[in-house]
Amino acid sequence: MNNHLLKSRTLWICVAVLAVIGLIVAVALMWRPAIAPIKRLTSFDTAQLQRGARVVEAGDCAVCHTRPGGEYLAGGLPLVTPFGTLYSTNITPDEQTGIGEWSLPAFERAMREGIARDGHFLYPAFPYVHYRRMSSEDIADAYAYLMSGPAVHAPARQNQMNFPMNIRPLVSFWNLLFLHGEPLTPLAEHSAAWNRGRYLVDGPGHCAGCHSPLNLIGAEKSSQYLQGGSVDGWEAPALVGLGQRATPWNREQLAGYLRADVVDGHGTPAGPMRPVSLSLARLPASEAEAIADYLLSLQNPHAVSETTAQKPPSSPADHSSGALLFSSACAGCHAPAAPMREIDGRPGLQSTSALQAASSRNFLKTVLEGVPAIPGAPGPVMPPFAASLDNAQLGALAAYLREQAKPDQPWADLSSTIEALRQDTK
Amino acid sequence: MSQITLTVNGTAQALELEADMPLLYALRNHLNLNGAKYGCGLGQCGACTVIVDDQPVFACLTPCAGLEGKKIRTVESLGSAEKPGPLQAAFIDKQAAQCGYCIAGMLMRAQSLLERDPHPDEQTILEHMAGNLCRCGTHLRIIEAIKQVAGHNGSLT
Repeated sequence: MNNHLLKSRTLWICVAVLAVIGLIVAVALMWRPAIAPIKRLTSFDTAQLQRGARVVEAGDCAVCHTRPGGEYLAGGLPLVTPFGTLYSTNITPDEQTGIGEWSLPAFERAMREGIARDGHFLYPAFPYVHYRRMSSEDIADAYAYLMSGPAVHAPARQNQMNFPMNIRPLVSFWNLLFLHGEPLTPLAEHSAAWNRGRYLVDGPGHCAGCHSPLNLIGAEKSSQYLQGGSVDGWEAPALVGLGQRATPWNREQLAGYLRADVVDGHGTPAGPMRPVSLSLARLPASEAEAIADYLLSLQNPHAVSETTAQKPPSSPADHSSGALLFSSACAGCHAPAAPMREIDGRPGLQSTSALQAASSRNFLKTVLEGVPAIPGAPGPVMPPFAASLDNAQLGALAAYLREQAKPDQPWADLSSTIEALRQDTK
Repeated sequence: MSQITLTVNGTAQALELEADMPLLYALRNHLNLNGAKYGCGLGQCGACTVIVDDQPVFACLTPCAGLEGKKIRTVESLGSAEKPGPLQAAFIDKQAAQCGYCIAGMLMRAQSLLERDPHPDEQTILEHMAGNLCRCGTHLRIIEAIKQVAGHNGSLT
């Protein structure tokens, strides 16, 4: 055998060994076994179901897994992501189209690792990065509650993900980078309420899913924990430094807001936070109070002192058209001494989060979409003004109210933001 | 005062109005279209509901100034006492009115839904109609009337 042949043979062996190793790594990374199906459960422990119902509310399961007008937990809600559109799945105990054949270990694996019973990778829009931090008891209780509900036959809608994210096994690389964290354990130096709040925020409540900024591949930036993100065109405001702001939150206000109350000085949740707060309102009040305890303990590392604010513009803008619009469209509910403020607690607008925020988005979104009525439920209703006000009126109104809330910091780019939001809502 | 041209039920009309005047006042006081009613003036009851460019709006909270060039429709566009439109006929058929004060608004909100979705299911109807209230409590008959139109194949106009 000559040297040349020997060399090329060694080379081939090396290539083959590397290929085998690569294959093993790829399989280990991207293949997960199915977990055997079970027959749908039929008997349940009543106390466990009651606990499970609370876990499911705390986890906001129905907020994504129920589409408007659809059956409870039967999925079908579109989630628009930068990587394409996903549809939430059916988590009723239907055996063909839901999770009726899932055992508790299969359910717990999905909650902690993002793997479906049949072994396919779930997309991280399902917040398993947070659910993995829940206790096994809570996961088991939620499982029992979900399995006890009415089974709805509702096949999953076809996702429209862009290449390459339409290839599910690639999620394994995402998991390699971002899936870590153990179940939360109480920290001895903090109160029981604080620890409960932290558990609800970081575990089932998955607050950081919206309230932390996301990186380019859709994972939360852990270095900017709860420092503000965005969802569905709304700003998810920073949850750090809530007690340090120009219009600070106290515990009672924050706990009330979290339960969808109209809170003096801050208003009421609108947009994507509204269903979340309605879920929290179905839990004992102590849960929202615990969340408030925890959130108010978080300091804003980038708090800017109020004195760094810009100087007011030298020639004050003319806000007469905005003032006129306020008096004809808003004053009945929001003017000082307006009947709806006296009778039903509608907020004055100056100190609301929407008007205090650096971005005009949440104010504009609230005016465009209003706070919709929930059939059969009491609560404040604000009409949508999308068809009642044109872009120029909306801009004039926003500029006028911002002037009252933060005279030294007018909103820039109002008209382009309005244009963009109108495009979104079409 | 400024001159504002409103296009109501297909007719453009130039009016001298205060710019902040709500549409409802212009309809009732300047155009003698008294179908839309003043209820709460706060966007909470829906008695003033009219359609602007296919969307239901509360006329009591909609300033006239931004409405030039938009198509405004009131209950008068649906039919008359002698010749009620299909939705109005269904309301009569189901005896959906008691005092009748909310009915013009109910009709216009329902009309906007049926034009967009001719066969809505009951849940969709309930959610769509949630913004309009009836103090007499005829909601069930109102929903029945809308379902009657949603269920048959006749045209709405």
